[in-house]
Amino acid sequence: MNEYRNLTIQGVWKNNPALVQLLGLCPLLAVTATVINGLGLGIATTLVLLGSNITVSLVRNFVPNEIRIPIFVMVIAAFVTIVQLVMNAFTFELYQALGIFIPLIVTNCAIIGRAEAYASKNPVPLAAFDGLMMGIGFTLILVILGAMRELLGYGTLLAGADLLLGEWAKDLTIVVFTTDSPFLLAILPPGAFLGMGLLIAFKNLVDKYLEKRAESSQKAKTVQRARVTGTDI
Amino acid sequence: MTMLSLSSSPHQHNRRDTGQVMRLVCFATIPGILANVWFFGFGILIQISLAIITALVTEGVIMELRKKKTERVLKDYSAVLAALLLALSIPPLAPWWVIVIGTFFAIAIVKQLYGGLGYNMFNPAMAAYVMLLISFPVQMTSWLPPQSIAEQSYSFWDALHTVFTGFTSTGFNVEQLKVGIDGTTMATPLDQVKTSLLQGYTVTEAKTHLIFDGQYGKGWLWVAFGYLIGGLYLVKSKVISWHIPGSMLVSALFLSFVFFLIDGDQYASPLFHLFNGSIIVGAFFIATDPVSASTTVKGRLIFGAAIGLWIIIIRNWGGYPDAVAFAVLIMNMAVPLIDYYTQPRTYGHKKKASKKS
Repeated sequence: MNEYRNLTIQGVWKNNPALVQLLGLCPLLAVTATVINGLGLGIATTLVLLGSNITVSLVRNFVPNEIRIPIFVMVIAAFVTIVQLVMNAFTFELYQALGIFIPLIVTNCAIIGRAEAYASKNPVPLAAFDGLMMGIGFTLILVILGAMRELLGYGTLLAGADLLLGEWAKDLTIVVFTTDSPFLLAILPPGAFLGMGLLIAFKNLVDKYLEKRAESSQKAKTVQRARVTGTDI
Repeated sequence: MTMLSLSSSPHQHNRRDTGQVMRLVCFATIPGILANVWFFGFGILIQISLAIITALVTEGVIMELRKKKTERVLKDYSAVLAALLLALSIPPLAPWWVIVIGTFFAIAIVKQLYGGLGYNMFNPAMAAYVMLLISFPVQMTSWLPPQSIAEQSYSFWDALHTVFTGFTSTGFNVEQLKVGIDGTTMATPLDQVKTSLLQGYTVTEAKTHLIFDGQYGKGWLWVAFGYLIGGLYLVKSKVISWHIPGSMLVSALFLSFVFFLIDGDQYASPLFHLFNGSIIVGAFFIATDPVSASTTVKGRLIFGAAIGLWIIIIRNWGGYPDAVAFAVLIMNMAVPLIDYYTQPRTYGHKKKASKKS
């Protein structure tokens, strides 16, 4: 169970594909103009990660080491095609909104990175869980960045939720404020870079704070130990 | 409390401290501001006050957050200067939130996130200006015609009213204030020429428009002169060196002269380029920012000349009518490279040896 806990922490926080590994930045920066776009691409990426990690883990003992990369890429490409066709069928408008960035999931380094670094060396359940957690970590950042940009740029949240979730979701849209002159910078590509930079800075800030707290609590512990010298040797 | 006297590297001795230098630059903008008020009304004064207040509050709060000596930093006037330069570059009757967002961006993101005064890579005022220009294109291009040819004149009270509510006290909006006595909406001289060229007119034909007074835009010439006087005073009192403004103006003049000779119908004359738009204020007040500009003598010449080059290129073929902000930002990025290759020979080292080390 400990391994699963570790995978969760690695995927969502410590080794987050977007914030720490800085992989897959191209779709991350390009599609996060709204929450729903981010969520859509995040889910698609998670599904591909899950599928490719399971498959790679299944075939890991049969794949010759020399040609493993092309094989992994083909596995990933197959899953991307599946996801693309599914989105084309069920969420057509979102499919159009995301455009080229769905097929481009193939080139997302986070996916091949997990296949190579983890799935090809570990059994299926662990690999699947790793893919899921990495996907969730990636999706989380896409959604947060999308929310930041949508809020600043359009003054709304979850606009176009019906593209992903169906007609009933139209009421989910939250209008925070309305404006005639939207803050275009947030929606334009520079806004994505600025927002991403701020998110990474915030993560580092939290890490630093946690480290400091851990350090001070450790200090307190060693002081206590000094008073009971000899008892635990 | 006395402050350490700071000068930008190479560390020559400088009698003035940072605060004094920044204050002198602020004072040097006064002739230009006065000309601006005379021709375009009181809007600019309101923008300046809003900008300075926002800058001081932002800087103060961030200094408190970073646990630095707030009072000392506020007293170096660098935030005030950045705010002032930003306020000079935006339309006088832009809504209040434009300048507030812009100044906040300049101080918080461009300056303090990089470590505060002395560490910012980009010129805060210009980075904020570009941010505003791409974010709020309508508000940022609503320049007023000079009062002499405007259909509506407006008072200080009207200006205040417009900045905060979008309407004058008698109910005119900025669009209506932009209308000239001939009943058409006025643009800036550079904008006017650019639009006319796109419509197939020649530069000479474009200059027959009401907004021109012979070669130059009405009013704009005097504003440019005002900044020129202030700038020359700064050079004379050695607050700034002549290298950046000099090379920038010469390169812009030379380049525009070449194009003017090639095709005088398509490309405006050098003097037109010099006294319209913001080349003068850019050369003396903006490009000379000691932090984000090049620091070596040779480097300054290259830095200024390249800015002049970019300005003419963007003005002639770019999408925007004026280009000082873009040019300065592009060259800010090149400053580390320029400085690296123009290191002066250090005393006691031979030229080649210093290059190797």
